[in-house]
Amino acid sequence: MRKLSFSMATCEAMAEEMALDDKIFVMGEDLARQGGIFGQFKGLPEKFPGRVIDTPISETFIIGGGVGAALAGARPVVDMHFADFIGVCMDEIFNQMAKVRYMFGGQAKVPLVLRAPDGMTIQGAAQHSQAVEAWFCHIPGIQVVAPSNPEDAKAVLKAAIRSDNPVIYFENKILYKETAMVPEIADEVPYTIGKAKVRREGKDVTIVSYSIGMKNALGAAERLAKEGIEAEVIDLISLSPWDKEAVLTSVKKTHRLCIAHEAVKQGGFGAEIAATVAEEAIEYLDAPILRYGAPFCPIPFAPTLEKMVRVFPEDLVKGIKGMFE
Amino acid sequence: MLFTRQELLTHYETMVKIRKFDLEAKRAREANEILGNVHVYVGEEAIAAGVCANLERKDCIESTHRGHGHTIAKGADINAMMAELYGKATGCCHGKGGSQHIADFSVGMLGANGIVGGGYGPAVGAALAARILKTGAISVVFFGDGAANRGTFHEAANIAAAYRLPVIFVCENNTWACATPSEVGHTQSVTEISRRAIGYDMASCVVNGNDFFAVYEGMKKLAERARGGEGNRCGILECQTWRPLGHVIGDTQPYRDAREAWARMCADDCIENYERRCIAEGWLEKKDFEEIQDRVEKMIRDAKQFAVDSPYPDASELTTDLYD
Repeated sequence: MRKLSFSMATCEAMAEEMALDDKIFVMGEDLARQGGIFGQFKGLPEKFPGRVIDTPISETFIIGGGVGAALAGARPVVDMHFADFIGVCMDEIFNQMAKVRYMFGGQAKVPLVLRAPDGMTIQGAAQHSQAVEAWFCHIPGIQVVAPSNPEDAKAVLKAAIRSDNPVIYFENKILYKETAMVPEIADEVPYTIGKAKVRREGKDVTIVSYSIGMKNALGAAERLAKEGIEAEVIDLISLSPWDKEAVLTSVKKTHRLCIAHEAVKQGGFGAEIAATVAEEAIEYLDAPILRYGAPFCPIPFAPTLEKMVRVFPEDLVKGIKGMFE
Repeated sequence: MLFTRQELLTHYETMVKIRKFDLEAKRAREANEILGNVHVYVGEEAIAAGVCANLERKDCIESTHRGHGHTIAKGADINAMMAELYGKATGCCHGKGGSQHIADFSVGMLGANGIVGGGYGPAVGAALAARILKTGAISVVFFGDGAANRGTFHEAANIAAAYRLPVIFVCENNTWACATPSEVGHTQSVTEISRRAIGYDMASCVVNGNDFFAVYEGMKKLAERARGGEGNRCGILECQTWRPLGHVIGDTQPYRDAREAWARMCADDCIENYERRCIAEGWLEKKDFEEIQDRVEKMIRDAKQFAVDSPYPDASELTTDLYD
C-alpha cells in the first residue's frame, strides 16, 4: 500500500495493463507531450514509446478510430480531454462503439475504454463542468463506470481495460488530486464491473451515490450518526450495468432511500434508481424517496450562482432528518 | 495482357455476382419478401471489384449503407449475405444487422454503416491497429460524394496523412446524395472530390468508375504506395460513376427522370464495358460470359432458397452479442 492520488492511480493502472498486453495503446489530445491535462497519463509515453499517441483536435476520429482499431484487434484506451466534448463524437459513441458488436451479430467485440474527465471544476461554467453520465446509461451496448476514490480508480480502470466491452470511464476532475492508500495489485483485477460497494453499514436509511457524490453521501452519514441516525452508504461505482440487488437489499433493511448525484436531477441516474425501488420494493419504504441533483439549468459562471447548482452534505442531512419526523 | 484468363473470368464473375445479387435484393424488397432499407449497388460494380482485386484478405474495408457490392467483392459468402437480408439466423450477422449493416469480418469486411460518413474513422483506426500489431494490412474506406461533405472525412483524412497510415479513401462519385444532386453552387463548390487530396498532401487518382480496368489500375498505384511507400502513404481514389436507381428501394425518384437515369447507366454499363473490352482485345469470348452468367444465376437462386429456408433467430438471441 502506498499513498497515491486518483490521477496517479489511473496512471498506474494504465502502466500495469500496458506492460501485460502489447495490443493496448492510448490516444487523445495532449497526452504524449503533456501527460494529459490532469497528469493522468504522466510517464506513459516514456515507458511505452509509440503506444501513447497525440491526436489533433478531432473527437470524431478519437472515438471512430478507436472503434476501428478495436475491430481490427487492438485494445485502445482513448481520452476525451473533458467529458463536455463528448457531444462532438456522439455518433461514434452511440451508433458505432455501442452498436457494432450487436448489429454485426457478434463477429467482433469492441474492447475500447473511453476515459472522460467530468464534473464541476471551480467556475468552469456551462461547457467545462458537466456531469453527463446519465446519457450513456440509456444506450445498450456500452458500460458506464464512475469510481469515487484512488483505490477504485485503479481497480475499475484495470477492469475496464481487461473488459471486451466498450466502457466509458468517468473520472471526476476534482477527485484527481484526492490521495489515499492504494494497494499494489499488479496483474490482479480486484473489481467486477457492475458491482457496488457498501462504504458504511447502517440500519436507518440507505444513501446511494457514486463518483464525487460520495463525498456528500459519506459526509452526511457522519453527521447523521452524531444525531443517532445510522446511514448505510452505497457507492454504485458502475452505473451501466448497476447493482440493483445491492440497493434493493439495503432498502429492504433500512426502509428509507436517499439518492444524490452532482448531475442535473431531471432525467439523472437517480431517477432510474428511484423508479426501480418504487417498482420492486415500494412496500418496504417508510418514507418517500429523497433525490438530490443539480437544478435544471446549465452550470453558471458566477460563484454565487454556481454554488446554487451544487449539492452539499447539509442538504442530505436536512432531508434525511425529515424522513424521521 | 494485364491479367491471366482466370483472373479475367474471376473479376467478371465478381461484377456479375454483385449485379445479380442486388437485382434479386431489389425484386425481393419490392415484393415485400424482405423489409427494411435496401440500397443496391447496381451500376457501380466495377468499383468494388476493381478496388478489392488489389486487396488481400487481411486488408480491411469499411463500407457504406450501399454495402452489398463491397462485401461480395471482398469475398463474403453470398448465402450468408442473402440470409442476412432476410433477417435469418444463418445470416452473416445472425439476422441482427440486415442489408444496411452487412459485414463479414472473416474476409476483412468491417461492416456497412447506416450513418453516412461513419466509416472513415474506423478505417483509419484499423490502419493504426495494423501498425501497432504489425500485420502489414492496409485499409480502404468507401464513401460517396454525399458523404464527402461530412466533417468526419476531414478528421480522418488529416490523421491518416499526418500519421502516414496506409489508408485509401475510395470515393464512389455517383453525383447523387440521396435526392440531392452534388452540383457546384448547390451543395459544394468542387465536385471533383479528389481535389481535396492536395490539402492533406495525399496522393490522388481520378478514374472512370464504369471501367473496371481503370479502377483497377488507379487502385493498384495507390495500394502499392500504401503498402511500401515512404512518407505519406494514403490516397484518394475518385471513381466517377452514376447511380441508375433510387437512393433506396422504394425511392420513386420525384427529383429526377427515373427512366433517363436508368438509360444513362445502360449506355455506359460497367459490365458491358468489361465484356466489350475483353472481346475487342481477344481475351475472352461471348460464351465465357454466358457461362458465368448462368452459373451466377444459379448461385443467386440457391442463395435465395437458402435464405428462405433458414429459420429466424431464436428469441434467446435478443440480447446475445451485446456484452460479455
